[in-house]
Amino acid sequence: MPTATNADDSDPPDSDGVQIDLISGERMDSMATMEKIRMILDGVHDGNIVILEEGLTPDEESRLIEVTMSEISPDEFNGIEIETYPKSETRDSSLLGRLMGSDETEAKLTVIGPANQIETLHKDETLISALVSRD
Amino acid sequence: MGLFTELKDSISRVTDRLFSEQEPKRIGIYGPPNAGKTTLANRIARDWTGDAIGTESHVPHETRRARRKENVEIERNGKTVTIDIVDTPGVTTKVDYEEFTDEMEEDDAIRRSREATEGVAEAMHWLREDVDGVIYVLDSAEDPITQVNTMLIGIIESRDLPVLIFANKIDLDDSSVKRIEDAFPQHKTIPLSAKEGENMDEVYENIAEYFG
Repeated sequence: MPTATNADDSDPPDSDGVQIDLISGERMDSMATMEKIRMILDGVHDGNIVILEEGLTPDEESRLIEVTMSEISPDEFNGIEIETYPKSETRDSSLLGRLMGSDETEAKLTVIGPANQIETLHKDETLISALVSRD
Repeated sequence: MGLFTELKDSISRVTDRLFSEQEPKRIGIYGPPNAGKTTLANRIARDWTGDAIGTESHVPHETRRARRKENVEIERNGKTVTIDIVDTPGVTTKVDYEEFTDEMEEDDAIRRSREATEGVAEAMHWLREDVDGVIYVLDSAEDPITQVNTMLIGIIESRDLPVLIFANKIDLDDSSVKRIEDAFPQHKTIPLSAKEGENMDEVYENIAEYFG
């Protein structure tokens, strides 16, 4: 059963579950590009699913791919799965927007997870459907 | 045409090129793995220079480092453009060496995956720093709405680079060019088969028009 926790939560995740970090746009706004990338990749290395309320800028996405590539190693980490809604397609009535009480109209939802645990089943302009497994 | 006139024209072409203010445009060929980027790069290079760029293969990440063919002069309908073709590794967010173990020994698979990761990182770096335009190659027989496609288009658009989308592999039964046009309506989509050489005239017309 997936659990939603705060990214600051220092308690180890339930060994039977998958930790999901829902990160607000406000929190991301205060971080430099490499801080954001480090936070995302640290979470993914721990097996977490990271959901960004406002996504990343194109330049940040480019750097995320570059840094991800530098950290791939055989039998340990084989990369990330990342799915994003286009900015113009997202509305403040989105589920995450309602969950986090956001009135942000330019929100761009991004879901990032370990490539060996998250398998995207379907994506269109309004839905990302993913299967998450424990290794 | 007399010998003197031919010589004068020849000298004129050389001096025009030597003193031209316009440097060759560096056109990056980007897209997901196995979309046919190297096949296209080779087709263009062979058609205009007689030489290929790299090895084509069905194995993902055959192109693991960016490769360049310089000064490829393409001429169509009175328009000429000189480009450096940069064939890049397929951009992806994951590389698993076990994908290659059916084709090769484990040590070779691990080495290939390491080279592939370096190549993807290099391709992303070049995109931010070094290319003047992008040919984005998609496999028209596959669903275009996948994460890296959408994200990479966004990255390219953010740099205000001219982009042409090539819907490759139209020779396959499952090909749907409309699916790609619908996914990226903001860009011009050109159907082609780089492998079979189908519709290459339109490809060259658009390269000369768009990047010239």
